Amino acid sequence: MRQTTPSQDFIRGIWKENPVLIQMLGLCPALAVTNTVKNALAMSAATFFVLTCSSVLIASVKNLIPKEVRISSYILVIATFVTLADMMLQAYAPVQHKELGAFIALIVVNCMILGRQEAFASRNTVYRSLLDAVGTGIGFTIALLMMGGFREILGIGTFFDIPLFGPNFEPWVVMVLPAGGFLMLGFIILAMGYVEQRKKTREAASA
Amino acid sequence: MSERPEKEALEVQVVDPAAPPPPEAGEVPVDKPVSTFRLVATLAVAGAVAGLLIVLVNLHTKPIIDKYRAEQLRLAVYEVLPGAARYETLYLVDGALSTTVPDGAKAADFRQAYVGYGENGERIGVASSRGESGFQDIVLVIFGFKPESGVLLGMKVLESKETPGLGDKIFKDQAFVDQFFDRPQTPLSAIKAGSGKGLPGEIDAITGATISSKAVVSIINNGIAEWRPLLEQGIPREAP
Repeated sequence: MRQTTPSQDFIRGIWKENPVLIQMLGLCPALAVTNTVKNALAMSAATFFVLTCSSVLIASVKNLIPKEVRISSYILVIATFVTLADMMLQAYAPVQHKELGAFIALIVVNCMILGRQEAFASRNTVYRSLLDAVGTGIGFTIALLMMGGFREILGIGTFFDIPLFGPNFEPWVVMVLPAGGFLMLGFIILAMGYVEQRKKTREAASA
Repeated sequence: MSERPEKEALEVQVVDPAAPPPPEAGEVPVDKPVSTFRLVATLAVAGAVAGLLIVLVNLHTKPIIDKYRAEQLRLAVYEVLPGAARYETLYLVDGALSTTVPDGAKAADFRQAYVGYGENGERIGVASSRGESGFQDIVLVIFGFKPESGVLLGMKVLESKETPGLGDKIFKDQAFVDQFFDRPQTPLSAIKAGSGKGLPGEIDAITGATISSKAVVSIINNGIAEWRPLLEQGIPREAP
């Protein structure tokens, strides 16, 4: 296994291996519930909670789980934390819970979370797994907030429910519809690819 | 022939499921076959812990969730029955109205109507909720009306997944919502905005959201038609 430093574990998920924008994992919630910043934030918070708790727990008990049932055990752990997050959101943020609907329960099948358990938490120490999970969670949050921010600004004309434009602003409704999610994800990935490519060209030129 | 000894070794391990796993079982290299008992036990213990955790959190959050739901319903009832100071809940039990549900039954399993009374105990009207298909999904609406005359007192959309910017105007467009307050004549009919002939039951549909508008109108018409005959048989009152 290749060796990484703890800070690399943390940084990796945020940008270089961003779960949504680079690894293309967890796209279902990233597309479905990011029509406003608030929804994106609630979804990110729930996913962050599930990812971090699952990674820490699985890293601590990894030696007790026989490898034949490891995937089932991971799913069990993830499903438990998702149910807890679901009930807690419903109790303390009922408006957001109603908006997110079934997508909270669907965090169980978010392949980003299961992927981190199988690829990282099940082979590394608790501390490193925590760093990895927090980094990945932040990366997921950044991606969702970017999507939610742009879609809300263009599609509704507000940011975090604060009106940005005058009354004459005609909202670009398609941006808050599902089609707008695909469009926005495409634009963001395009922009990231452009930045990466320029960086590479510059490196090649200076080398 | 060469494979046989290996197979036998495997079977010997599986046959002995009752033996407790050795204390250092966690350190066993993963390549060694693990007993079925241990696989089942791992999942069983994990499942039991997970279940316990969920039950504990549910005990804590359930009252908060129920309280919020009841509060939302209470506010909605007062909104669609303007002037009501309190209300009583009626349940539809076996085709008749009742102020109580049969013993052992859950209140949520019965259709409910809410009879609103004013400050001086006079009856303001009856509210009930009903869901029908809109453009995307079921639209759930609560509405208040006077059972004796069929006057529509008010309407509020409780749940809807209608298209943002178009169909969601059924609850975001105040001009549309206001049309459903204090309408003397039902049934209503949704018409294209501006094409009205001044008839009393006309509701201007939202441009671009005709299906959503018609769904709201249809819910109210069908809901009133469903409840009026029941309510005309007399409205039971709770013992004071």
